[in-house]
Amino acid sequence: MRLRSLVFGSVSLVAMAATAQAQSLTIATVNNGDMIRMQGLSDAFTEETGIELEWVTLEENVLRQRVTTDIATQGGQYDVMTIGAYETPIWAGQGWLAPLDDMGADYDTADLLPAVRDALSVDGTLYAAPFYGESAMIMYRTDLFEQAGLEMPAEPTWDFIADAARQITDKDNELYGICLRGKAGWGENMAFITALANSMGAAWFNMDWEPQFEAGIWGDALQFYVDLMNDAGPPGASSNGFNENLALFQQGKCGMWIDATVAASFVSNPEESQVADSVGYALFPTNGEYDNHGNWLWVWSLAIPSSSDNVDAAKQFLNWATSKSYIEMVAEEEGWANVPPGTRTSLYENPTYLEAAPFADETLAAMNAATPEQPSVQETPYTGGQFVAIPEFQGIGTAVGQAFSAALAGQTTVEQALQTAQQVTRMEMERSGYYQ
Amino acid sequence: MATLHTQTAARFMMAPAVLLLLAWMLVPLSMTLWFSFQRYNLLMPGMEYFTGFENYRYFFSNPSFWAALFNTLYLVGGVLIITLAGGTLLALLLDQPIFGQGIVRLLVIAPFFVMPTVSALVWKNMLMHPVNGFFAWLARVFGFQPVDWLAQLPLVSIIIIVAWQWLPFATLIILTALQSLDEDQREAASLDGAGPFSMFFYITLPHLARAITVVMLIETIFLLSVFAEILVTTNGGPGTSTTNLTFLIYIQSLLQFDVGLASAGGIVAVILANIVAIFLLRIVGRNLEA
Amino acid sequence: MARAVSTRRKVAVSIIAWAIGLIIFFPILWTFLTSFKTEGTAIAVPPKFLFFDWTLENYFTVQERSDYFRHFSNSIISAVGSTIVGLIIAVPAAWAMAFSPTKRTKDVLMWMLSTKMLPAVGVLVPIYLLFRDFRLLDTHIGLIIVLTMINLPIIVWMLFTYFKEIPNDILEAARMDGAGLREEILYVLTPMAVPGIASTLLLNIILAWNEAFWTLNLTTTAAAPLTAFIASYSSPEGLFWAKLSAASTLAIAPILIMGWFSQKQLVRGLTFGAVK
Repeated sequence: MRLRSLVFGSVSLVAMAATAQAQSLTIATVNNGDMIRMQGLSDAFTEETGIELEWVTLEENVLRQRVTTDIATQGGQYDVMTIGAYETPIWAGQGWLAPLDDMGADYDTADLLPAVRDALSVDGTLYAAPFYGESAMIMYRTDLFEQAGLEMPAEPTWDFIADAARQITDKDNELYGICLRGKAGWGENMAFITALANSMGAAWFNMDWEPQFEAGIWGDALQFYVDLMNDAGPPGASSNGFNENLALFQQGKCGMWIDATVAASFVSNPEESQVADSVGYALFPTNGEYDNHGNWLWVWSLAIPSSSDNVDAAKQFLNWATSKSYIEMVAEEEGWANVPPGTRTSLYENPTYLEAAPFADETLAAMNAATPEQPSVQETPYTGGQFVAIPEFQGIGTAVGQAFSAALAGQTTVEQALQTAQQVTRMEMERSGYYQ
Repeated sequence: MATLHTQTAARFMMAPAVLLLLAWMLVPLSMTLWFSFQRYNLLMPGMEYFTGFENYRYFFSNPSFWAALFNTLYLVGGVLIITLAGGTLLALLLDQPIFGQGIVRLLVIAPFFVMPTVSALVWKNMLMHPVNGFFAWLARVFGFQPVDWLAQLPLVSIIIIVAWQWLPFATLIILTALQSLDEDQREAASLDGAGPFSMFFYITLPHLARAITVVMLIETIFLLSVFAEILVTTNGGPGTSTTNLTFLIYIQSLLQFDVGLASAGGIVAVILANIVAIFLLRIVGRNLEA
Repeated sequence: MARAVSTRRKVAVSIIAWAIGLIIFFPILWTFLTSFKTEGTAIAVPPKFLFFDWTLENYFTVQERSDYFRHFSNSIISAVGSTIVGLIIAVPAAWAMAFSPTKRTKDVLMWMLSTKMLPAVGVLVPIYLLFRDFRLLDTHIGLIIVLTMINLPIIVWMLFTYFKEIPNDILEAARMDGAGLREEILYVLTPMAVPGIASTLLLNIILAWNEAFWTLNLTTTAAAPLTAFIASYSSPEGLFWAKLSAASTLAIAPILIMGWFSQKQLVRGLTFGAVK
């Protein structure tokens, strides 16, 4: 297209104009606690290197939309983007990201957790530097379990979780046995429901890319989820995402919460959480049959658009923000429990950390249990744990997520929701040419 | 005479606005039209090709389309009814002599100045939240089960939030119109023995007709494209119960980055908006002429 | 006699009016109060109204994290800038439409208003591509252009309806006295048009200030206004109501105060010729 070549011409012109200026990086990041902390500590980086930093901190959905628009149109607005395990392989495959194969000797790429490194690499080359990583696990109230005479097994099954949740629930006193994500979105309710379905043996697609929502197992999984939430979940569950559930759990209104491991440091922080003293952790449940813990794996990481004019300076920043010494710096300023988790093996071998973070072992176990390259017991044509690593997934996942949240809110039946999911997914896959 | 001269001058004076708007409308619109016939996904560059009407076919066969169309109408209609009825009543109230009238007025018009994103965030988290929200607390104080607003009454909740933002606008305009009502006319009517109700329906309401149509027109223009409130509160759900056309296009353009499909949706929305506009403008035009 | 009002009635009406006024204002008041609470107090049940430990901590946190004053000045620049540019374009157009109307005038006006209905999300990608090519992304000029264009129809229409109310007799009289177009505009009409222009200006500043789609999507740092500032406080991890409230208060306070002080001027033209 003519427009396109015109565009590329002008981009390179911009590039030449910009290199002449003083070093300054524009960094797009999510407004999560760890990133805000990074922003707060970044003066040290500027002092050290003389590179100025401009921060764009946005809410997750807005950020994703902004950076995707920018990188896909080669807008060139950012030098460093905060992206996840979903975007990295897709964008790297498009050639949109600068490879990070020369991060310097002190960076110690080999120290990165294998699952994390794999998730951010394409053909063995790293394309994004992991800032923090997470899997999913159960966080539960030890005091409530004790009261109810329950004991959390090392590897709980869904049946146990469901029984326990129903037992603990005391709606008159605003105590809900289990809090789970219900807000529609591919990164919200679908992350949880996909992991749940994985653990029960379902898969999104068969080897011919036919969606599998009407193949039985999905029906069981969704019915299980809806029933459980109706009996033992909080009101308004269909608009609860990670943040809403976090707030509920911190106020002591949830008996259990199954969500990202990164939440552990928030729920155990006595400054924020009213239940900090009585939180226990356990692996993501299985159905008792397969050794499949949902395969949830997410890594918030920093990447450099290949169109950036400041690739070298940006690499310097990545090196700083995801290094061992950054972790030490956070530990010094904020305590070991608050360091960004889930990226480096060395952290989980550090006795000081293990002592300060009661959730460290479970987090590591959960991360190691995740095998996104093989999400389900079924053979799948795709990879990805709580998501499907294809570009179409953002749209499909959101549409399916809407259908499922309608089932949770009681507006449709589980069967109708599955039917809609099947239809929407099939249509989009057909449109994208998967069936030719 | 002067007329010819002024006519030419008039053309010159109008030209910048007309030309700029024409450019503003035509450039993106023609790009959108062009894209709407392309298979063009931003996430898959280098695979663009001409597909004819396929994007339109997909857009219309999307099961969410009709839901979105009706939600759009409900949303616009609901907010219009609330703001017009509420605005009229409020204006009648504020037109009475009251203590501290100025301050009450300030309180009533305040929501108009609040950013849509902010008001949606505040309503969602601090008022409508079924556990921590203010309404939930209020319900419990009076011994009711708290309403789970955004799950049980999603569209109603959105309508309430949006109506809250637009109520001041309607009130202000209707109040001003009310204040211009001829005192003599009122007095004559009341001497003729007209009660407050017949006074309202035969004297006041006809007088307000113009103001009301203006409110309708302006609000409709903004309400057709309500977006931030939905994004912040319900994300279009549960299901498609709060997905309006704007939000449907958002899902396609900014989540799927399917520019082709989104462009087709954009074109459809423009056509629909224009149908509404023509319809509305006819009414308003007639009313404004009078 | 007819309008004589007893004190008792006035008291009753006042109570109702105040109650409704306070209910309508409550969400804003609540946000304001919450901004002085700690995160823990902010979600306390039962809610605390006035008797809590007031703290300014949230405001300090917010300012430290995201430079409020930069976003604030960007909002001012884009809102005021787009309003001024919009008026410069719109005043002559509305003038011409009001005083030398042709058969087409009404259609042109209606067409202008209908451009306002183009769904922004549908044209984001085309506009983004254009802005990139003209290097307008994240610039004040780019933002001013967009805000001007999206509000221009409303400005033209408001001015048109206002100008139309200016009695033609006065013009005739001036013309009889031999006034040319220039004198006509400068000495006769301008003084009469000022209130209408003023209220258009105010309304447009409000609309531009609160515009949250384009301002968020076309800026990054240099031109990012308060809407972007807010976007970094909506639903982060953990408890956030107090900080969100502080950020919200900061974002809406300037425009609210401006609106309150200028409400008389605002109303005068807001009626769009709806009042005879």
